[in-house]
Amino acid sequence: MMAATNVNSTEYELSRRRRDLLLQAAVTLGALVILAVYLMPMAYGVITSLKSKAQTSDPGAPVWPAEAVSYAYEGDDYDVLQVPTESGIRHWALVKKGRRASEFVDPANPAGGLIQWEGNWRQLEPVREFAVQWDNYPRAWQTIDFARLLANTLMYAFVTMIGTVAASSCAAYGFARFNFPFKNVLFMIMIGTIVLPPAVTLVPTYAFFVNVLGWGGTWLPLIVPAMFGNAYNIFLLRQYFLTIPREMEEAAQIDGAGRVRTFVSVILPQAVPALTAVSLFHFFFAWNDFFGPLIYLAGNREANPITVGLTEFNGLYSSETQLILAAAVISMIPPLAIFFLAQRVFIQGIVVTGVDK
Amino acid sequence: MDMLTEFGAARGQAKWSLRAAFRLTGAQRDEAKWGLLFLSPWLIGFALFYFAPMIVSFLFSLYDFVLTAPDEARFVGLENWRRMLAEDPNTWEALFVTFKFALISLPIGMVSAFLLAVLLNSKHLLGRNVLRTLFYAPTMVPLIAAILIWSRVLNPQTGWLNQMIALTGIDAVGMDGLRWLDDPNLIYVAYTFIGLWGIGNAILINLASLQGVPTEMYEAASIDGAGWLRQLWSITVPMVTPVIFYNLVLSVVGLLQYFIVPYVLNGGNGYPEGTTNFYMIYFYKQAFPFQNMGYGATLAWFMFIIGLGITIFLFWSGRFWVYYAGESK
Repeated sequence: MMAATNVNSTEYELSRRRRDLLLQAAVTLGALVILAVYLMPMAYGVITSLKSKAQTSDPGAPVWPAEAVSYAYEGDDYDVLQVPTESGIRHWALVKKGRRASEFVDPANPAGGLIQWEGNWRQLEPVREFAVQWDNYPRAWQTIDFARLLANTLMYAFVTMIGTVAASSCAAYGFARFNFPFKNVLFMIMIGTIVLPPAVTLVPTYAFFVNVLGWGGTWLPLIVPAMFGNAYNIFLLRQYFLTIPREMEEAAQIDGAGRVRTFVSVILPQAVPALTAVSLFHFFFAWNDFFGPLIYLAGNREANPITVGLTEFNGLYSSETQLILAAAVISMIPPLAIFFLAQRVFIQGIVVTGVDK
Repeated sequence: MDMLTEFGAARGQAKWSLRAAFRLTGAQRDEAKWGLLFLSPWLIGFALFYFAPMIVSFLFSLYDFVLTAPDEARFVGLENWRRMLAEDPNTWEALFVTFKFALISLPIGMVSAFLLAVLLNSKHLLGRNVLRTLFYAPTMVPLIAAILIWSRVLNPQTGWLNQMIALTGIDAVGMDGLRWLDDPNLIYVAYTFIGLWGIGNAILINLASLQGVPTEMYEAASIDGAGWLRQLWSITVPMVTPVIFYNLVLSVVGLLQYFIVPYVLNGGNGYPEGTTNFYMIYFYKQAFPFQNMGYGATLAWFMFIIGLGITIFLFWSGRFWVYYAGESK
């Protein structure tokens, strides 16, 4: 009896394990297929940015970056085609085109002279070889004047990052640690600004900045408002400050530290992960900011950030797919690199704003 | 707690009494002083860049005011509002376009984010951490770069999407194939694809919420004989409704301001056949290229009213379908 039960249970254990393994394989494979489809455009962008211009618009061209092979014969370049002959497909250069018959030369044996071939050369496929156009990247960089766009974007991102993080952490500390009249009302209003469409404040703000202050064509209308913090950042930092034990602040205050001193030397050093997350969020926001620069910098192309510069470039050089994609790939490297390096802090920050814990 | 829950909590505790402010003791007054001092950057910013411009924006909507000729501005009362609601067909068309797109893109985006989160939370999935990072990666691609890449991927002849579809035997490639960005029937689907590259945050929040569902619930359901699908529908979905609600509120607000994709793809000309004349595009054209400050402000205020209306409706409806753990019914 005992033995029989044991056999049964090992058999059961085995079949359960087999089922688990199968399920694991199926789920993982499914996820990989979905991922491949989801990331396909990224692969397309990178691969196409390494192709020649001719290849990007040729539907018959292979998927990988390739170039038609040519052969120099008696001082001129001729296309090498795949020519079907009695002895199989040969790679010959087309020298003299004819409707019914053409003359080719065999690059392997140029001394053999011209070879007559009967048939329509238009139906022949060109011979291609793997050829990566690395050159597209420096060309895109120069054509779009990427260095200037990058400098503008970085200036905007860093200046406003410092301002918004400083202002947001102050306000967050106010919400997290102090009691004052109308605190909940103000907190509600602050969250409310998140669902307020920016358009409703934009028109008078624009008229004021551009007509009254004469700031049109400069970055000031975008930098100044960022210096007062924003609701997302304040919320995130407040949540973090609330988790810091009060004892440390009390100890600092007993040692005679004032409120500002306590905030700067006790709270901020402990909130480094949250401050990093907020800085990253702001950096990505600034890197992507489009509407503000579009309206405020109109008429001053010198001041354009990457987003607006890329859009203009796309309009002007729409046939140069390979350059546009090269520029697009360049613009996505910094955010992706930062994300891969700092994903933990970053993901934690997103989760805090959106999940009831 | 998440932002919207905290919003609700604050609303429950909010005191509107001015008298309480005068009844503070010395220590309380000192604390209030410091609190407001720390809060002052945001308070000043709110007054200058939210409160005042909102009021002025409404005042602008009562004027016929072109920025290039500010001296000719004149008070017209509710004329802009009448024109917008009763005369200008573009307003309603733009609203219709925006809602039609929202009805297609919102469900697809939210369901995709939820299902991907379920997949990435599966205990049967190998390499979960790597896969989570990779599924998030497209969200980090700057939107402009994403649009430029997608616009080529969706090319009917040379784009990979049609070529991939063709591998399944469907004749998608070519001028009589699937012309994603030229066909009025496909354009919203194409824009939705581009939007799917931005659902990373929604996936993450869903995922975090799924991890918070107590495993005992699944075990109990399993013993009761509930299958995978049944568990998904009866346990997982209700448990993540707060997250779905949060994503829904933010998505609706985002969709009202949908601008960058159509602007980068066609410069805001509505191609094809006016299907991409979104509300924000129309507002942008009136306010900035045409510099119609009065009419632009009217359109903006109308957008605000609509957004507020939808948000209030969502909060009201949330009482019936959003499940908050620990709250008794």
